[in-house]
Amino acid sequence: MATPTVTNELPREHYLNSEFGIKSWLLTKDHKRIGILYLLSITFFFFIGGFFATLIRIHLLTPEGALVTADNYNKLFTMHGIMMVFFFLVPSVPAVLGNFVLPLMLGAKDVAFPKLNLMSWYILIIGGAITLWALVSGGVDTGWTFYTPFSTTFSNTHVITAAMGIFIAGFSSILTGLNFIVTIHRMRAPGLTWFRLPLFVWAIYATSLIQVLATPVIAITMVLVGLERGFHIGIFDPRYGGDPVLFQHMFWFYSHPAVYIMILPGMGIISELISTFSRKPVFGYKFVAFSSLAIAVFGFIVWAHHLFVAGISVYSAMIFSFLSFLVAIPSAIKTFNWAATMYKGSISYRTPMLYAFGFLGLFAIGGLTGLFLATLGLDVHLHDTYFIIAHFHYIMVGGMVMAYLGGIHYWWPKITGRMYPEGWAKLSAMIVFVGFNLTFFPQFILGYLGMPRRYAAYPPEWQVLHVLSTAGASILAIGYLLPMIYLLYSLRFGEVAGDNPWGATSLEWQTTSPPPLHNFEVTPIVTEEVYDYSKEREAAFV
Amino acid sequence: MSRHVDYLYFFLTANLIFFTGLVAVLVVFFAIRYRRAKNPKSEPIHGSMILEITWTIIPLGISLIMFFFGAIVYFHFNRPPANAMEIYGTGKQWMWKFQHIEGAREINQLHVPVDRDVRVVLTSQDVIHDFAVPAFRLKGDVVPGRYVSVWFRATKTGNYRLFCDQYCGTLHSGMVGEVIVMDPAEYQDWVSSRGEGSLGQQGEKIFQQLGCNTCHRNDSLARGPNLAGLSGNPVKLKDGSLIIADEGYIRESIVNPAAKIVAGFDNIMPTFQGQINEDDMIALVYYIKSLHNQQPGGPVKTSPNSTEVPGANPPVKLQ
Amino acid sequence: MSDRTVVIHEAPEHAAHHPMLQHHFDNMEQQKDAASLGMWVFLITEIMFFGGMFAAYLVYRYWFYDAFVWGSSSLDIKLGATNTVVLICSSLTMALAVHAAQLGMRKMLMFFLVLTLGLGFVFLGIKAIEYHDKYVEHHIPGHGFNFEAVTSADGSRHEVDQGHAQIFFSLYFAMTGMHAIHMIVGAGLLSTLLYMAWKGKFSATYYTPVENIGLYWHFVDIVWIFLFPLLYLINRVH
Repeated sequence: MATPTVTNELPREHYLNSEFGIKSWLLTKDHKRIGILYLLSITFFFFIGGFFATLIRIHLLTPEGALVTADNYNKLFTMHGIMMVFFFLVPSVPAVLGNFVLPLMLGAKDVAFPKLNLMSWYILIIGGAITLWALVSGGVDTGWTFYTPFSTTFSNTHVITAAMGIFIAGFSSILTGLNFIVTIHRMRAPGLTWFRLPLFVWAIYATSLIQVLATPVIAITMVLVGLERGFHIGIFDPRYGGDPVLFQHMFWFYSHPAVYIMILPGMGIISELISTFSRKPVFGYKFVAFSSLAIAVFGFIVWAHHLFVAGISVYSAMIFSFLSFLVAIPSAIKTFNWAATMYKGSISYRTPMLYAFGFLGLFAIGGLTGLFLATLGLDVHLHDTYFIIAHFHYIMVGGMVMAYLGGIHYWWPKITGRMYPEGWAKLSAMIVFVGFNLTFFPQFILGYLGMPRRYAAYPPEWQVLHVLSTAGASILAIGYLLPMIYLLYSLRFGEVAGDNPWGATSLEWQTTSPPPLHNFEVTPIVTEEVYDYSKEREAAFV
Repeated sequence: MSRHVDYLYFFLTANLIFFTGLVAVLVVFFAIRYRRAKNPKSEPIHGSMILEITWTIIPLGISLIMFFFGAIVYFHFNRPPANAMEIYGTGKQWMWKFQHIEGAREINQLHVPVDRDVRVVLTSQDVIHDFAVPAFRLKGDVVPGRYVSVWFRATKTGNYRLFCDQYCGTLHSGMVGEVIVMDPAEYQDWVSSRGEGSLGQQGEKIFQQLGCNTCHRNDSLARGPNLAGLSGNPVKLKDGSLIIADEGYIRESIVNPAAKIVAGFDNIMPTFQGQINEDDMIALVYYIKSLHNQQPGGPVKTSPNSTEVPGANPPVKLQ
Repeated sequence: MSDRTVVIHEAPEHAAHHPMLQHHFDNMEQQKDAASLGMWVFLITEIMFFGGMFAAYLVYRYWFYDAFVWGSSSLDIKLGATNTVVLICSSLTMALAVHAAQLGMRKMLMFFLVLTLGLGFVFLGIKAIEYHDKYVEHHIPGHGFNFEAVTSADGSRHEVDQGHAQIFFSLYFAMTGMHAIHMIVGAGLLSTLLYMAWKGKFSATYYTPVENIGLYWHFVDIVWIFLFPLLYLINRVH
């Protein structure tokens, strides 16, 4: 039923009360519990990365650097990058929301390989522990990009430990992607054809393809960095004839598709949010679905746009510039389709939708500033400046984190059976939006003026912009801390949600909140398209 | 040329404002006009091929324009004019060292004349650095083990900030300097007052110190190709291919002679990797580049077009 | 319930299903399909993993042709060829093992698994001999590396850039070492299969692990089929 239901009580038996005790969590094979294990872990990693970001922004309040030594500053931005990229952004949506929601959306009882799923979580934890060990035993100062020969020969920090942590964590990503690919291919409910799948599933599928194909390359790159550093073998060291730029090619061959691993699931969430809160099918369903695949494919052939000033040939640069423009087109198509979905919809301003609105604007800015960098002549000026930092934070934080928070709020009732407090949630969403823009918009300007990245000190005339940015960061921090508080509060005191508080149409809403241990009392059979609100009376909530 | 970079920037900014504005206006307008209180029932619209094609073709077209103009500017950045004056530089942790041909050396400052094409040839002593002058809208990574060059033509006198734009360790943020653009006359005064022996003379000394002239000579004892007239000209290699002898080829032949063997010679040159630092390498390479129609070891000519050399034999033809 | 779904009543729990059916699957066929697809996807990730090293090797071979050609020539082609034959035979015995499993022939399955395992150990043993030779000749990268390019015909020496030679051997050890690690893992998997076969876990209706580990073993063989010519064969000087 696509009208919202209201019940006063949680279902009697569900996945959370089927078993108790620490072993039932640490040895679970239930994808829903594994999703929650991931939720706890990546929230932890997010706050560590966020703590480093806070220190960075405080340090940059004054031109000479207010807080830490230059060496420690270098470690701060390195660890901020490593924690955020490998331990928050890459796993977040697939491992948390994908794990929880994907089998439900498919009408399946679990993912294809539940034990492998649990092992993937342990692998991430081990990788995270090793990386945190590198942190506490002295840190790493190579930048998350590990450029050679600095990382292999000149740095005096725990590079090998960090490389090992990342190497191990990569397998978590690969195995999760593998699991999802097989699940989507082989475990759909009867009648659930590919074009009846929710667009979140298409997005997760495209992401999984990238995870599976790209991550092994960073794995082998980290191995080679470790071997070079440990045994001085000379692959990237010019003193032996090695080529430092070869490292950059190998590194970015993964790390560029990696950014699509980070954003595609977020886009999938946005499709769900806009559809549900406009009570309309996503406009251009097939275009959005194929755009996800197109982004995955094109994402593999643009990596050298990170090397435009590194010394590649002009002809090579021109090819990669052209391809980089092409990869932007499917994202544009999606954005227009989402906006068009709202046309003649019935729009609700609930918190998940507010996050979706924020995403649309901020992702547009982030994506369009990417065009600046694809433009060869401009990239020469903007490369390695704060413009780049602003660009990717607009996409990752303004886009991805907002989509993630929107998804958490959207599926919170399904996961916990309870509603979050709407007033506080809306307030937090608005605080995040304001704080985010104040933090990162000045950085576009700083970048154009020439402020380089990774600088612990800067010319005094740029201080105003940095102060604005730090002020924004403090607001943003509040916006992120509030949900921690009120979401925990809702676990005990939140209003009982019912099966389908949003009146949504996909399969996860056709079972109880929280779902039973095996997801569905009876296996659903699907007979209609996914976003079908046409038979509905008016929605009962605003 | 930096003007063109700014034109590109404004074009892209206008594009950004337009499309973000468009999306924002549409979203806000739809959100208000179709809010649930006023519009409880939605209309199930599935799509429109015309719209899809439109909003694919238009962004594609705009992208192609951006690509095209961006590529032209980039091409220009990568094609220094043939008669640009050269200055050599090394980046090392954590400073910039520049060498003028006339012999002047400076650290973290680069004096150049206004309204002249200047080409800076750079290498790194250690890790990857990046030579960036935001006022010129210019940068290029400086990579150990090879030469890169950037070029510019300053149109206004003044001091302009120079940054290292590739993270290089502890004092990356301290690796800053200035490009000081002077009137041509002032520049001439400045550069000639710093004489310590021209770059070519320094290079000649090293050429002799390292014993290069024992094999690279113009008589029957020669075991290596004669280097006179080498620079800028094609060289025929043993495998039959042709390569233009630029400073990168010269440097490579010193540190990795086996990589490219000249036709008619054997692979017997020892490598000098590790025996010469980058500052001296620059002087040596410059000296070799400057050899024209003269015997190695003779007086050095800094002007590429001069043919007046006392007692020179015609250069031996490279086979 | 939803308008877009139709309710059916499932068969009661635990009604006559195969003992090896995992409960999140509907039937054995779905389980087998899922397992196969999973193994194929995993093998594709392995291709990407080895691919990175192959790419680095090819790039450096193009740049440092001289040193690489002499490096290749210093590898023992007889041992390498023997290993190639050993691995191909082991793929044959593996395929025969899968065939036996399909037919439900437990003893034959165990026999071929033992043969495959044995051949795998022969490969690793020969590899150990090769690595030992490299150690003795000072061809192991790092401290003490010294590569002398000697023509076997007349013993004459040839000057080769030590740095480039070191890169060749680094890639040699990285690629063959990674391959050997995969072989050791494969040996572990085969041992597990052997144990499971001994315990009677496999039958004509359930032999999925045998099939999928067979796929893995064939993949490891194929990686060697690429490694051998690239490292040992092409453009040997002698």
